[in-house]
Amino acid sequence: MAVGLDLLVQFFPNFASIVLAATGLAIIFGIMGIINLAHGEFIMVGAFSTSLAYNGGIPFLPIDALPGLGRLIGAMLFAALVTALFGLLVERTIISGAIPNWIAERTVGHPVITPLYDRLLDSMVATWGLSLIMVQTFRNVFGNSLSGVPIPFGKLSYGNSSIGLYQVLLAGVAALVLVGLYLLFVRTDYGMRARATIQNESMAQSLGVNTERTYMATFALGSGLAGLTGALYAPLLSIEPGLGAAFLVDAFVAVVVGGSSVVVGTLLSGGLLGIVDTLFSNVYGTFAGRIALLIVAIVLIRFIPEGLSSLVERLRERRLEVD
Amino acid sequence: MTKRVDRRKFLAGGASIATAGLAGCALMGSGSSDTIKLGILEDQSGNFALVGSPKHKASLLAIEEINNNGGINGQQIEYFDPDPQSNNQRYLELTRRMINQRNVDALWAGYSSATRETIREPAIDPNDQLYFYTTQYEGGVCDKNVFAVGPTARQQLGIVLPYLVEEYGSDIYTIAADYNFGQLSADWVKVLADENDANVIGEEFIPLSNSEFSSTISRIQDADPDFVMSMLVGSNHTSFYKQKASAGLDIPIGTSTAMAQGYEHLRLDPPAMSNIYAGVNYMEEVPTNRNTKEGGFVDRYYEKFPDAPYLNEEAENNYFSIYMYKRAVEQAGTTDQEEVKAALESGITYPAPEAPDGEEIKLVPETHHVNHHMWVMRADEEHNVQAVDDRVIDETFLKDTVGCDLTSKDEEKQYTPQDYYEEAG
Repeated sequence: MAVGLDLLVQFFPNFASIVLAATGLAIIFGIMGIINLAHGEFIMVGAFSTSLAYNGGIPFLPIDALPGLGRLIGAMLFAALVTALFGLLVERTIISGAIPNWIAERTVGHPVITPLYDRLLDSMVATWGLSLIMVQTFRNVFGNSLSGVPIPFGKLSYGNSSIGLYQVLLAGVAALVLVGLYLLFVRTDYGMRARATIQNESMAQSLGVNTERTYMATFALGSGLAGLTGALYAPLLSIEPGLGAAFLVDAFVAVVVGGSSVVVGTLLSGGLLGIVDTLFSNVYGTFAGRIALLIVAIVLIRFIPEGLSSLVERLRERRLEVD
Repeated sequence: MTKRVDRRKFLAGGASIATAGLAGCALMGSGSSDTIKLGILEDQSGNFALVGSPKHKASLLAIEEINNNGGINGQQIEYFDPDPQSNNQRYLELTRRMINQRNVDALWAGYSSATRETIREPAIDPNDQLYFYTTQYEGGVCDKNVFAVGPTARQQLGIVLPYLVEEYGSDIYTIAADYNFGQLSADWVKVLADENDANVIGEEFIPLSNSEFSSTISRIQDADPDFVMSMLVGSNHTSFYKQKASAGLDIPIGTSTAMAQGYEHLRLDPPAMSNIYAGVNYMEEVPTNRNTKEGGFVDRYYEKFPDAPYLNEEAENNYFSIYMYKRAVEQAGTTDQEEVKAALESGITYPAPEAPDGEEIKLVPETHHVNHHMWVMRADEEHNVQAVDDRVIDETFLKDTVGCDLTSKDEEKQYTPQDYYEEAG
């Protein structure tokens, strides 16, 4: 049965998969009020782009000719970029409706689409439709499966067991992503504008923040992170158009449990859910792990509906009052 | 003999599927009574497209061959093949349309057991529609209208499990997909373990949505079995094989689901499928003359579908069962469904590609199942697949244990191993 060291090692991949699945979704939801049900398919775009780039399927861009690990890293960065650009396109056409409206104003004389910002249910329907279209389009264009990407780094042995080293290292990448996002939101102009837009959109506008551009950049950022997740998981999965669905549930549970703050919320929910999943999967099996994860989510939603990050917020406020 | 599947092939493959679909549509309008009408409902899109489209293609191959050789009793076959899109609701609608509007003489439909059960009681049985279900499955369907011609879990596991006990030892760890098929297959592992003096020392059921296997791999390593029996299903579960290879888990694995259906040995990079033993009645690599010889089944399939990625187990089942139907109609001298069923129950045989020269597989009259020629196929480190054992395995559960006899009693039921074996409880 599982012992301490085993649980510790097993925690890393579980933490990584929850955090990486959730960040893109959390950013788009937290800042734009859009529930992106096509999040899994954005991850799929990342995985497909990685596989194509790695296997030399991109014309004029011989990423497959890069030596050693450069080939894999090059393919992954390419995939994140492609997904970010794809996100930008989706934002301009479906989410904000800017491109259709631009055309409509010149043909029928008035805009036809109201932006989906902060329209939770409408955004769910629109992005769900988008996800269906994407899955079948990818199936038609690329077929039912794509040749894969090998898992790098070999194995890590401990005690009687062993695990793919790559899966453990993913936890480090997840932590780096969170640190990067923290710096982005706290230290950069974009971060300040994004936070201003969340707190009070009209006030931010009157102070000269171009909120539309902020939304555009945010959606591209969230999409790029989803693409990065797909890229990082491409070696571990079989590359098929439906692969995004497996990420969506984890991502939603993590965002709901984590609450509105992207970095703190995702870190806390990734940590907590990772521990629960690891403990129950190892001792009682994968099925028990899933059940435990969902029960914890239900209990937390019942008692802390604002999410774990609100708990941190409350603690901080209380400390300020005491001071 | 790893076949690389590149993007252009896939594009062309998609195009050929689209063309095949159009051909089906074109045929749909011309319903005349002097043709034999077959319904072919197989997934060309959606979750089951990967495993379903070879079934669709092989059906078209059989029909084309029969039509080119003068049809059945001089009548040409006309087929209807709308795409059920891996959607059970759509299966039910299309099945009803096939029966009520197209008046098909026989129906081939569905990949999963869930699909079969979706259409069997509400649509097949009330209309007494002659229906062929061809996927390898958990077994136990005793139904006057259903000819379940794929191998059952008892046949598939029955060839591979005893072989692995002999080769590697008696401690078995079972991992299976967490639904009807996986649960019943795991029960069959217990029954067969008991019959072969082996023990199931661990068992885990994996939700279909799960694609992260590090804890499963760690549990297997803790248990340290002699071999693993894997009845994992679907694209998420395919990740298990990549991840266990990366974790260095090199315990032999027996399976009834991997390789023969979703050709993982061609889709995944070696050594993911290294030392995996599939118990199957057919896969493209089965070394019979009828299959791999020049002009054999494999050649004819790729001649008609040059861009097809693989010829899988269920594709062969569709192929030979259409020919069995032909023999039954010729014997009955009519397409009247009750008379064709009676002819099918007269001990029809067919020289299927799975069987070596001089041997024909036999449709068992009492159970509507097939005594298959079964193979143990092993993949090595480079994913070359070779046959390591083969023999005919009769369908015994319905015939001997349950005593299903459809020639004397009209039943419409599915039996499970729990009802008959203590170990399966």
